[in-house]
Amino acid sequence: MADNKTKVAGRKESTIDRLGGQKFIVLLVVIALFIFFCIFSPNFRKYTTFVSILDYSYYITLMAIGVAFPLMTAGVDLSIGTGLVCYSLVGGYLITFHGWPTWAGMLISVLFGVGMGVVNGCLVALMDLPPFLATLCTCMITRGLGSIIVGGFGISWPAAAAPGGWFRSIFKIQMNGINIPIGFLWIILIVIAMTFVLNHTKIGRYTLAIGSNKEATKLSGVNVKFYHIFAYVISGFFAGLAAISYSAIFATVQPGTGAGFELEAIGGAIIGGVSMSGGAGSITGTLAGVFVICLLKTGLPFIGLTANWQQIITGLVLIAAVLVDILKRKKDRA
Amino acid sequence: MGEVILTMKDIDKSFPGVHALDHVDLEVRKGEVLALMGENGAGKSTLMKVLTGIYKKDSGTITYEGKEVEFTNTREAQDAGIVIVHQELNMLGHLTVAQNIFIGREFKKGIRIDDKKMNEEARKLFQRMNIDIDPKETMSKLTVGKQQMCEIAKAISHDAKVIIFDEPSAALTETEIEELFKIIRDLRDRNIGIVYISHRMDEIKKITDRVTVMRDGTYVGTLITKDSTKDDIINMMVGRVIYEDPKTESMVPKDAPVVLKVDHLNAGKMVQDVSFELHKGEILGFSGLMGAGRTETARALFGADPIDSGDIYINGKKVTINSPQDAVNNGIGYLSEDRKRYGIVVQKSVAENTTMATMENYMKGLFIDKKKEKEVAQKYVDSLATKTPDVDQLVVNLSGGNQQKVVIAKWLTRDCDILIFDEPTRGIDVGAKSEIYKLMNQLAADGKAIIMISSEMTEILRMSDRIIVMCEGKKTGELDISEATQESIMNLATREIE
Repeated sequence: MADNKTKVAGRKESTIDRLGGQKFIVLLVVIALFIFFCIFSPNFRKYTTFVSILDYSYYITLMAIGVAFPLMTAGVDLSIGTGLVCYSLVGGYLITFHGWPTWAGMLISVLFGVGMGVVNGCLVALMDLPPFLATLCTCMITRGLGSIIVGGFGISWPAAAAPGGWFRSIFKIQMNGINIPIGFLWIILIVIAMTFVLNHTKIGRYTLAIGSNKEATKLSGVNVKFYHIFAYVISGFFAGLAAISYSAIFATVQPGTGAGFELEAIGGAIIGGVSMSGGAGSITGTLAGVFVICLLKTGLPFIGLTANWQQIITGLVLIAAVLVDILKRKKDRA
Repeated sequence: MGEVILTMKDIDKSFPGVHALDHVDLEVRKGEVLALMGENGAGKSTLMKVLTGIYKKDSGTITYEGKEVEFTNTREAQDAGIVIVHQELNMLGHLTVAQNIFIGREFKKGIRIDDKKMNEEARKLFQRMNIDIDPKETMSKLTVGKQQMCEIAKAISHDAKVIIFDEPSAALTETEIEELFKIIRDLRDRNIGIVYISHRMDEIKKITDRVTVMRDGTYVGTLITKDSTKDDIINMMVGRVIYEDPKTESMVPKDAPVVLKVDHLNAGKMVQDVSFELHKGEILGFSGLMGAGRTETARALFGADPIDSGDIYINGKKVTINSPQDAVNNGIGYLSEDRKRYGIVVQKSVAENTTMATMENYMKGLFIDKKKEKEVAQKYVDSLATKTPDVDQLVVNLSGGNQQKVVIAKWLTRDCDILIFDEPTRGIDVGAKSEIYKLMNQLAADGKAIIMISSEMTEILRMSDRIIVMCEGKKTGELDISEATQESIMNLATREIE
């Protein structure tokens, strides 16, 4: 039992160690940005602003949690952005034009995402396509496919008050005229669940192992192909969930959009400490990283900087985050 | 010594251009340590990879526990009880020690991986091995020696009946080797059959019961360790029959100027205080076992790895070499042992490879002067007698020997006066070997100075005017060709350093 105690202590220390403190640094950055914007913009300090920051964060967060898995295998998934729009269009199309119940449309969105994940996974793990190339192709395919299926028009999922509009209250409910961003609660629960998956199940363990040393993992008798595919399936699944949250927040979804969403998600994951060379990362860090991007995106206009500045600053933050990762690895090797 | 548990008979395996295993036999008994010896490239690792299903054999039979078996992957071999502790470490740096040991067969509680139990089991395992490693430590934080111990722990945890150690001691310190031997003896006493691959003669005498020797992919013979001397084993390894006459005296004129002088060079752990001189027209052989620090010395000299301290003089002038570019500008060319990775671009033509290092000489304004490029390439194809249909041929279609000639041509276009050949004939068949040798002799006669790193004793003795022997990052001796023998080199190469 005494042994047990030291084990608990040891684990705590190694967790901080393993993450190199990066996610704590990122959390501090999030808080610092928040305080900064609050001080310099009176308009930022409003409850409605906070709610809208959260609104915009859901789909990026969900994509980021998903794409963290391919990233941790030393791969990438570029298809999630256009994929999100495609799945949302298809789900919404079935609901509004074919009278499907809302839940069925949501299910289709997620299943479509999972299916695309299987395709990506097979291209990468079975056919040895470079992940960048494979998912760039499926990115283009999903963009075209979404437009074709819905006939090129924007799709609106049912409005909050309309029949079948209940799904919008998954993310935001009104109480005494005040918007409550209940979606964030689900995000927290999902982060907890996926942290468990990453750290305490075979799926997470082998995702990290593949990113760490694929050949050695294979030599250890692990079914590397299956788990490699599964990482992309997780990414697709979360792109599907992101599609639902996107549909719930925005009134209309336009075909042909979505390119660039994936970069915000990937950027968030990397800022949060997910290593692009694979093998390391955390879901909580990813959440914090996404909020750095969301805060910059929402906050900079409040202090008078245009969207272009937001792009530049986000780029600089990404460079800083990647440099931290590189320096850390150099130090480890020395 | 117990009954036979594993027999490999008439194992044959060819790779494109190389007959790696030529009807090799091996027999492992329960409760014994069998040494598997041979020079680098003799086929030891290949044989073990055939056994554990990493390579598929062309012919021959493997009998294990009385039944003929053929494993198609390491998992099957593991499940049957044959495990291998690899020479190159197969670890997952980001995961913990326990997670590494049980990768692929995690303990589970429902869907949850039971890390607690894995840590517990790993701790028990280490206790049994009597070594002190924290199962929860991240793998990349351990020393190489400790990582090796984890590999061994992983092997043991498979309840193996046959364990193969592929040069386990290469990265270990003296005390760690002692620990390793204790573990091996303990395993032997528990009736496990052990194959121990090593170059270190002292270890062989210390730990093994029998020695099987391989040479050039063939089975040479098996000795009882305690009845044989170190010289017996060395003789079997290098072979009585040497198909080429060794050089008997240096071909370098007495008054040949010193082209390169290396003074107290230090670079990392593998290059410690190395000093030597290289003369015009000389072939200076670098001998030693794998991991002796020869390639590392060459890489430091070439600017590919950082130099910690020490001076380099070229033609009497002190030079600073911080990058391969510096080295090339000072007239040093390096022909890597790993041709495909560092030497040539296989999907490009002979002409393009030849001119790669001197592109700027073949430019017409912004464009490459293809005609001139081809002319130059053709010149070298002719003078080096490279066998290729034409200079447009892709290098990937050439044989190993001819690929090597393309690399040589590349450096000759740069007017390099100092050429470092790292394993110049690795993966090259016997016929082409002598052509490369002829070429090297010709280059030396033309006044080039050559450093030749080679793990093949016959090659060292045949080509070198002078020989430097290294062991564990240090220069352990320097021999004139007239006084060098296989035995004297092997003695220096295995000399223990206090």
